[in-house]
Amino acid sequence: MEKTNNAIAATISSTSQALSNAFWVMVRKEIAGQIRSWKFIVLLVLILLTYWGSLLVSMSNLRSMVASVRDADELFLYLKLLTSTEGSLPPFHVFLNFLGPLLGISMGFDAINSEKQSGTLSRIMAQPVYRDNLLLSKFVSVIILVGTLLVCLTLLMIGTGTLLTGILIELEEVLRIFAHVLISLCYIAFWLAIAILLSILFRQPATSALTAIGIWLFFTVFYEVIVNLAVKAMIPDPAPPAELMRFYDLLFSLTRLAPSQLYADATTTLLMPSVRSLGPVTMDQMAGAIPTALPFKDSLMIVWPQVSGLLAATVSCFAYAYYKFMRREIRT
Amino acid sequence: MERQIIELNNLSKRYGSLTAVDSLSLSIQKGEIFGLLGPNGAGKTTTILMMLGLTEPDAGTAYVCGHNATKDPIAVKQKVGYMPDSIGFYDDMTAWQNLMYIGELNGIAGSQLKQVCEECVQLVGLDAEAMARRTSTFSRGMKQRLGLAEVLIKQPEVIILDEPTLGIDPIGVKEFLDLIVKLSRQKGLTVLLSSHYLQQVQQVCDRVGIFVNGKLQAQGDLSTLARSVNGKAACQVQIVLQQPLTIPWKDEADIRQLPAVQEVTIDGHTVDIALREDITPEIVRFFVHKGYDVAGVQKKEYQLDDIYQSIFSA
Repeated sequence: MEKTNNAIAATISSTSQALSNAFWVMVRKEIAGQIRSWKFIVLLVLILLTYWGSLLVSMSNLRSMVASVRDADELFLYLKLLTSTEGSLPPFHVFLNFLGPLLGISMGFDAINSEKQSGTLSRIMAQPVYRDNLLLSKFVSVIILVGTLLVCLTLLMIGTGTLLTGILIELEEVLRIFAHVLISLCYIAFWLAIAILLSILFRQPATSALTAIGIWLFFTVFYEVIVNLAVKAMIPDPAPPAELMRFYDLLFSLTRLAPSQLYADATTTLLMPSVRSLGPVTMDQMAGAIPTALPFKDSLMIVWPQVSGLLAATVSCFAYAYYKFMRREIRT
Repeated sequence: MERQIIELNNLSKRYGSLTAVDSLSLSIQKGEIFGLLGPNGAGKTTTILMMLGLTEPDAGTAYVCGHNATKDPIAVKQKVGYMPDSIGFYDDMTAWQNLMYIGELNGIAGSQLKQVCEECVQLVGLDAEAMARRTSTFSRGMKQRLGLAEVLIKQPEVIILDEPTLGIDPIGVKEFLDLIVKLSRQKGLTVLLSSHYLQQVQQVCDRVGIFVNGKLQAQGDLSTLARSVNGKAACQVQIVLQQPLTIPWKDEADIRQLPAVQEVTIDGHTVDIALREDITPEIVRFFVHKGYDVAGVQKKEYQLDDIYQSIFSA
């Protein structure tokens, strides 16, 4: 006993190292817990199904798609695999627009309040770990998990495509696809941050889950309708084109407050190199344009505001959650 | 000057208009078992949380093991094991995994972790079969034991137990408290336990503090407390008679004549007599002499209960 005492004292002495270890111990435990949980398995099955379904659809009309491409340089086979559809099933990136929030919300809605309810929060907080490590570990573990999942799916897709068509993927496509994965991760992180924030604000996991789903529904269904109604009501009836243009700009800016719109804009631009602008374009601007694909860098430039908007929303949500959690009383 | 292992100075905490802890000063020596007594909502848990740096005090300081708990909570938490009152474990993990997790969080290296965990499990008397089970199947008593194992895993200098006996059956309580006393004596641990059960606390504590409405009303060992609380009766005798007495009792005036008798309460078969000093034999003789059939005599010395009662009624 004495021997182990000394040994432990020696181990604990390197405090700072032990503390950073403690953080990764927490992350590991969180990941293990998530993977074993039923909700993750259900979500995994759901995502695999949609992935498989949308891939099947795009594979089936691959031939007609390839045939319609005039310039071989602009084939972008792998991007087409992700985006093309014949109408029966939406493409994968549109699916992800729905599934992403679901994934983020379901992985985070009970992050803090379930710990509080089961009485584990005060027990963990009594250990020599920083309080924010718990919150951070919840966030990081889900990001690692979802990131791994998305990267796996993407690699699977590329692999299947190569096997079936024999066409090698181009660097341009790799960049675009992985940029898409990163943006998807940001998007899921945003919903995760909201869910974790709500799990701190509300005592009951059911309340926080419902509220998160309510916010999600509001942004996906009602927000656009409301903005449309409001802006259209403001437009004077016989409006000069310049005036009209201004109102449409306003409309676009307002709809882009919704995270799902940001995500849709960003993914569409990245996965479809022919998309050149996200706002309204006048005939004058169109006149000189040559209908070619944009290089990756230019596409990225177009979506940069969207990406930074998503990141900013995620960070501010998480920061607020952080603030709330640090000030919160531990006791139940 | 050497600090006591736990030293609280004018510690205060307010929640809105409610003062949960009101300038509390308290010091506890190394190796002592201290009982923090008080009704629910007296501020016991708040005090404990402030000692661990989990709640910030509005005023005053808390020093535990020489560290300021508010400014340096990590250093305090490395040396203090805390078992909360509503103890819970991760239900999707086995007891063993729960214990290992806490061990890891305390920075115990992987090579020793298993050995340390096994030692702790043995100390608290849980068997290997139970440790392999999920904690959702655990009874309250087993959870308490697991909680204690977890507290011991970090080799603490101080153990703080918040309502450790809540919800366990009497035999379980006795075993648990005996275990705590044994551990404290073996390892020289300082133990602070909070409770609203007086009987249990007085069995094991060296010193108790009585805590009401955020204020420490009295502290010391039992006899000091008894003296501080009352200039009242030192002991009480209860006589049980075969036949019920009628009120007014004809001999009441006579018994009041006896020296040291302070108060006589009659309730059917029983007569309670409060005494300034112990004259039980004389009382019994009185009853026998008057021709009553004494069925039982019970002498009650002052218990924490009574001290508690008198503080409340004050």
